Amino acid sequence: MRDPLSKKVIDIKPSGIRKFFDVVSEMPDAISLGVGEPDFDTPWHIRDEGIYALEKGKTFYTSNAGLMELRKEICKYYTRKFQATYDPVHECVITVGGSEGIDIALRAMLDPGDEVIIPEPCYVSYVPCVELADGVPVIIQLKAENEFRLTAEELEAAITDKTKIVILPFPNNPTGAIMTRADLEKIAEVIRKHDLYVMSDEIYAELTYGQKHVSIASLPDMHDRTIVINGFSKAYAMTGWRLGYALAPRIICEQMTKIHQFAIMCAPTNSQYAAVDAVRYGDKDIEKMVRAYDQRRHFLMQTFQEMGIECFEPFGAFYVFPCIKKYGMKSEEFAEKLLYQEKVAVVPGTAFGDCGEGYLRISYAYSIEELKEALGRIKHFIAQFE
Amino acid sequence: MRTKILNLIEEDCKLTAKDIAAMIGEDEAAVAAELAAMEKEHVICGYTSIIDWDKTDNEFVTALIELRVTPQRGEGFDKIAERISNYPEVDTVYLMSGAYDFAVIIKGKTMKEVSLFVSSKLAPMEAVVGTATHFVLKKYKEHGVKLTNNSKVERLAVMP
Repeated sequence: MRDPLSKKVIDIKPSGIRKFFDVVSEMPDAISLGVGEPDFDTPWHIRDEGIYALEKGKTFYTSNAGLMELRKEICKYYTRKFQATYDPVHECVITVGGSEGIDIALRAMLDPGDEVIIPEPCYVSYVPCVELADGVPVIIQLKAENEFRLTAEELEAAITDKTKIVILPFPNNPTGAIMTRADLEKIAEVIRKHDLYVMSDEIYAELTYGQKHVSIASLPDMHDRTIVINGFSKAYAMTGWRLGYALAPRIICEQMTKIHQFAIMCAPTNSQYAAVDAVRYGDKDIEKMVRAYDQRRHFLMQTFQEMGIECFEPFGAFYVFPCIKKYGMKSEEFAEKLLYQEKVAVVPGTAFGDCGEGYLRISYAYSIEELKEALGRIKHFIAQFE
Repeated sequence: MRTKILNLIEEDCKLTAKDIAAMIGEDEAAVAAELAAMEKEHVICGYTSIIDWDKTDNEFVTALIELRVTPQRGEGFDKIAERISNYPEVDTVYLMSGAYDFAVIIKGKTMKEVSLFVSSKLAPMEAVVGTATHFVLKKYKEHGVKLTNNSKVERLAVMP
């Protein structure tokens, strides 16, 4: 028989997290700090709206780009919260999670050989999505001494004639790093100078602590160069609803919508109705969840400090990224030993790029009791190496 | 800092000063001092737990009693509220707006015990002009905690 598979797909590396997940799932009594989704239930008023939509029989396709009502609310929200203005009619498409937005943006913009700059450590899907779109991923290894921010110098050094898109994954999964307005202004300057586009993945935009997220789309002359990826999963604890959106200049958004139309048709109708309620009335819920995350973040930072584990203070998302280099083990080895000895699952930093070596991603989308128990075990674990 | 501490212990009074300090990024000694001060000032009036007695062998009944009373000259409702509050059988006393004056919540071993308390202690009080006793059939939520919640965690253990 002929080889049924595409060589391009075969060459794509499976996610490093997947491997670890298989081990953990065989250990029912393990405590996991490896989850990348909120521990909160979707706020009840949003769920209720989803149920109500079903009761009313809202079970048909919506328009390809998504409910007009929802697109209008999202664009209002982006202006209100982040001072970035996109037109709901031509510059907004509702997607199946932020992940679809990433995929269709890259497919809409890349020709074979175009280079996409990806700062790592980062979320696992950028590299494979670029490869699937026939682009060439160019990795920038972010540095701990810069608290895993992207600097203009690092960006400049990675740019070639073929560079087309720069991915900005901030607030960052897995490091929790954010980019300040000053950081972004320097990046924007480089983007304009080299005539590039930015894909700004702002899925964690609402989850920042002590300072507000700044969208690069709000900086002068950046609207036409920025594709914003966002969604409802993290801010409103709606991961399972599979709903995200992309905001992009009309010329790009129209092509993204075309791909979306043929591949997906439209995002789940029921989720879209629930999401209208989320954007309209969800600010209070976000505030409450952010307060809880912030308490846990403080708690983790304090506990790591007491344990003598080095960790820079992250101001976004719900992850901390402690350094374990002093224990003389690779991330994966450390994580595996921790799992087998103490039954605590964390994700090795290398799952998010080679420069994650020597780090762990610890999620604080867990209750304080769970965090306390897990950190107690980690403390016990590292005691043997002191 | 007070509001931050109160918000935390309102949800979980078992948190130690050390935990609270870590969670709000303050000094442990400062948090402990603030807790002590608030206890002294009666901002924090006590620490209790939420128990679903239905899951135990102990049988309890809870009743909500509406009381209509005649306020007393010079004292308003306060004096009568004080007298009602003094009974250890009485769990909660609220002054209400609307059709009746006091909402009194009572816990007793049996319905008979509660009825007896109402008829022999509350109803005969001079200022009380009427009572209506409602027994609780099932508790679903108390102090913001769902008692019927048995939902399991369905999140996958490791996700990117």
